[in-house]
Amino acid sequence: MNDINMSYTLILLALPFLMFLVLGLLGNKMKPLVAGVLGTLSLGVMAAVAYYTAYQYFFVVGKVGEVYQSLPVFNYEWLQFYGELKINLGIMLDPISALMLVVITTVSLMVHIYSLGYMKGERGFQRYYALLSLFTFAMLGLVVATNIFQMYIFWELVGVSSFALISFYYTKPSAVAASKKAFIVTRFADLFFLIGILIISYFAGTFDFATLTDPDAPFIGSAVGATFLGGTALSWALAFIFIGGAGKSAMMPFHIWLPDAMEGPTPASALIHAATMVVAGVFLVARLFPIYVGTTVLEIIGWVGAITAAYAAIVACAQTDIKRVLAFSTISQIAFMITSLGVSGYGGHDGLGYMASMFHLFTHAFFKALLFMGAGAVIHAVHSNEMKDMGGLRKYLPITHITFAVAVLAIAGIFPFSGFWSKDEIMAAAFHHNKAIFALLFFAACLTAFYMSRLYYRIFWYDNNKDYHHKPHEAGPTMTIPLIILAILAAFSGFVPFSKYITSDGKAFEAHIDMLVAGLSTLAAVGGIVVATLMYAKKKDAPNKFTQTFPRLYKWASDRFYFDEIWLFVTRKIIFDRISKPIAWFDRHIVDGFMDGLAYVTQAASDKIKGLQSGHIQQYIFVYLIGALSLVFIFIFFIAFLLS
Amino acid sequence: MNILSLFILVPVLMLLGFIPCKNIKQVRTVAVIGAVVELIMAVALLFLFYKERAIDPTSEMLFYDDSITWFKTLNIKYAIGVDGISVLMILLTSIIILTGTFASWNMNPLPKDFFMWLTLLSVGVYGFFISLDMFTMFFFYEIALIPMYLLIGLWGTGRKEYSAMKLTLMLMGGSALLIVGIIGIFYNSGIESFNFVEIAKNGGIPIEAQRWIFPMTFLGFGVLGALFPFHTWSPDGHASAPTAVSMLHAGVLMKLGGYGCFRIAMRLMPEAADELGWIFLVLTGISVVYGAFGAIAQTDLKYINAYSSVSHCGLVLFAILMVNKTALTGAVMQMLSHGLMTALFFALIGMIYGRTHTRDIRQLGGLMKIMPFLSVCYVLAGLASLGLPGLSGFVAEMTIFVGSFEHADMFHRVLTIMAVSSIVITAVYILKVVGKILYGPVIDDHHLELTDAVWYEKIATAGLIVCVAGMGMFPGWISNLIRESIPYL
Repeated sequence: MNDINMSYTLILLALPFLMFLVLGLLGNKMKPLVAGVLGTLSLGVMAAVAYYTAYQYFFVVGKVGEVYQSLPVFNYEWLQFYGELKINLGIMLDPISALMLVVITTVSLMVHIYSLGYMKGERGFQRYYALLSLFTFAMLGLVVATNIFQMYIFWELVGVSSFALISFYYTKPSAVAASKKAFIVTRFADLFFLIGILIISYFAGTFDFATLTDPDAPFIGSAVGATFLGGTALSWALAFIFIGGAGKSAMMPFHIWLPDAMEGPTPASALIHAATMVVAGVFLVARLFPIYVGTTVLEIIGWVGAITAAYAAIVACAQTDIKRVLAFSTISQIAFMITSLGVSGYGGHDGLGYMASMFHLFTHAFFKALLFMGAGAVIHAVHSNEMKDMGGLRKYLPITHITFAVAVLAIAGIFPFSGFWSKDEIMAAAFHHNKAIFALLFFAACLTAFYMSRLYYRIFWYDNNKDYHHKPHEAGPTMTIPLIILAILAAFSGFVPFSKYITSDGKAFEAHIDMLVAGLSTLAAVGGIVVATLMYAKKKDAPNKFTQTFPRLYKWASDRFYFDEIWLFVTRKIIFDRISKPIAWFDRHIVDGFMDGLAYVTQAASDKIKGLQSGHIQQYIFVYLIGALSLVFIFIFFIAFLLS
Repeated sequence: MNILSLFILVPVLMLLGFIPCKNIKQVRTVAVIGAVVELIMAVALLFLFYKERAIDPTSEMLFYDDSITWFKTLNIKYAIGVDGISVLMILLTSIIILTGTFASWNMNPLPKDFFMWLTLLSVGVYGFFISLDMFTMFFFYEIALIPMYLLIGLWGTGRKEYSAMKLTLMLMGGSALLIVGIIGIFYNSGIESFNFVEIAKNGGIPIEAQRWIFPMTFLGFGVLGALFPFHTWSPDGHASAPTAVSMLHAGVLMKLGGYGCFRIAMRLMPEAADELGWIFLVLTGISVVYGAFGAIAQTDLKYINAYSSVSHCGLVLFAILMVNKTALTGAVMQMLSHGLMTALFFALIGMIYGRTHTRDIRQLGGLMKIMPFLSVCYVLAGLASLGLPGLSGFVAEMTIFVGSFEHADMFHRVLTIMAVSSIVITAVYILKVVGKILYGPVIDDHHLELTDAVWYEKIATAGLIVCVAGMGMFPGWISNLIRESIPYL
């Protein structure tokens, strides 16, 4: 089947890594623009390779009979543990990795171009491009991983490049705090991921996805056989692995890092914290989907997703920082994808949720990246993230306005924009699986349309006669062209016949529009938009009245239901004050005190004894005589004892 | 002459070379030439080892030589030989000595005496790694310990006399246990030999004897490997020691502990290890987590790093006690990795301290802007420490974790998961430091006038970073070299 050599895909990993080294080591010797163009060109090459690879995979070599296969294109033994347990670094092509290649390189390319304008004149411009290359490298390595350990490796690398980009403005304390939070929260989740890997690989005897995703693999029996605290080893492992995914994908309660991560440069947020890295958790579950299917864990995943979707949507309604609105909307949308996996079955039409999840991942990447970049253009124009500093911008930023509107319609799910198609499939899958989950998603979808329209109106309408000190103006073509391209994608990418290419078992099926569900979700979207239009199209008192009617609710939502405070309490008050400090004290005063005490006793004892070495002969003779006499007595008693 | 003896001869020649030196320039010349020669020899040894291994795939130790007997009555021999593990440890030593030389380029006062003691220390370390005779090994071990006292006591900072005394006394206490243990092995081995390869092959220690010898030797070496609760020399000792000494001590000397533990305690007394190992396993498990939590609360950069060493070296002993091939491979990798990155850390801390005259993280801030080179190196060292893939810490820790997880029982599993959790705690204290001293606003305006690294500092740090990254990206050959050296597991 694989008679066409696809080892050229190695370029996808080699080139960005090389670019990272070049820009990272030599960047300071280059002019900023040179570094930027170099990075962008290499990304252009990679995008071309990725498209070609995807084309080859989907239309030439990927299908055997009616089923898409996973093709190991390249495999290199990197580190041996024992038996078959070894880490390989390789490239595996299958429908979802080919899909991700396209998504990542497209969005990354757009971000690279856009950043040429957006980041112009920033200190550390070269470093920024080096980090973008590192991120792209890591993300591509993650999606093409042939085994779960390779995935973990790149998973960590993605995390660190995210850390470095969030702390890009490293002199700003809030950015530093945000980067630390992002890294540590996700690292905490990764700990579970790692434990999950350890458990599952112990039973499977391999890290390879080929075995791990085989639902009939013999190891599953033994892993189900072993139980711990009421769950089987397999379900513990799967749950732990999902926690890792929940950390990266900002599911509750690990979502707290994502809103803060907006401290990074906006285009980086668009790439990492909207389109690609944050869907890694979705990808992880999708990758291991065959063994998740039918377990209780998958059921839990569905619920976690649904609750997160609703929660994030509520909070998004009460945020005033436009990037934070988008961040919560990202959390909510990813939760849709997670839920969709949670309600999915395996094979054929049962796998609708799986297909829908990937579909939504695909469309979401474009419209969310577009929203972020549009927000970036707005921030670039008014130099603020706050809604109160905006209003009536449609006159000044026409291109941004139109593209942003397209993205809002797409995310709200209005026919025929891309979000409509993918979200509708998710709703349908949820509807047929569990009505309660459907209800939560429906609620989230209403709110999505509402808060996105609110955002749109607050930026481009609302205060139509706002005075600007500096008249805002549209940015140059490096920023507007990516917006236009993404707007086209956001509008039309829904027409891709996804169920033909990306399905849970590799076989194509026919997905129909479920008229009932489609009607309901369109109703939700239109409803949300209408309410927002009434409230925010013009400057009115209605929003204030609303918040005054429900002050408690508004306060809680705008303070994000105090999840951050809970985490802060646990880390500061418990881990630092109650564990770490006492340990340090214990170490200094008890453990070390004991050692010092030992030394002190020795010294004191020697002080006491040293008087004996006085040099007085009389004293020596005296001691000698007493000693000798005692020995004699002991000897006599001893003899007497023996004789008696 | 055996090629291995060169590793003792070259430092001895260096010592002679220092004698006529009149100024710091000459001292540096001798030190750098000697260190470079050692590094070249160590690399050459690696290749010779591969060559020899291809010819002789069965012998445990290559370049074996026990023809010189230096104390007939007790059959004490100058027995030498290396396997893959010792070759790697020698390589590590030579790298750290070379970079340490560059890091103490402007040693003041008495540079000549400083380098002489440092070189004597390296004699001890090299001798330890090539020795197969336990008594000779012990002899070299003591040679390495004594200079430490003077190096810290004379050239150190802060409470240096106290720290030097504490370090020496605690390690000497370990030595006392050790020598008793070694003599015990000698008389119980059945063949009255100090050569541990011989004993492992031909002798056998009865279990009754093992029961008391094993704890003695393990503890004796464990003190040097910063085993809880005998680790307290480490924070004070490292904090007071001058840069190169901290580098060498944390980078290499602490490895002597782990090396001795698996070469002697675990190897010769496997039954006792099986029986009593769990006690030490609990202690090392505590070391790992306790050291990491301890590091969070510290404010002195060197203390943070010393506690982090307790945690990382605890992981070495932890893995050794897991007694399987993968875990032990991981243990040796962790020794190498910790050696390199901790040396890097101490070098950087020394350079930062040399400029700002403080190691208190509360008085430092925004260094990234002032000294970008050093700061980026510090970030990389930190990332290696928290186990980022692509740097050395990751491969070592993962090998240990996967190896430890091979044990199917609950006791080992729980301890392993406890040890795994240290990766998060490590991230906390590393990022805390990075966020505080490198990022954020500049706290002290005087720091704005400071300069970035100069060429010899760049050599020291860049050299170590290349090694850390090299090991992290191409771990396969190291792992295989170690694995092939432990066929008996």
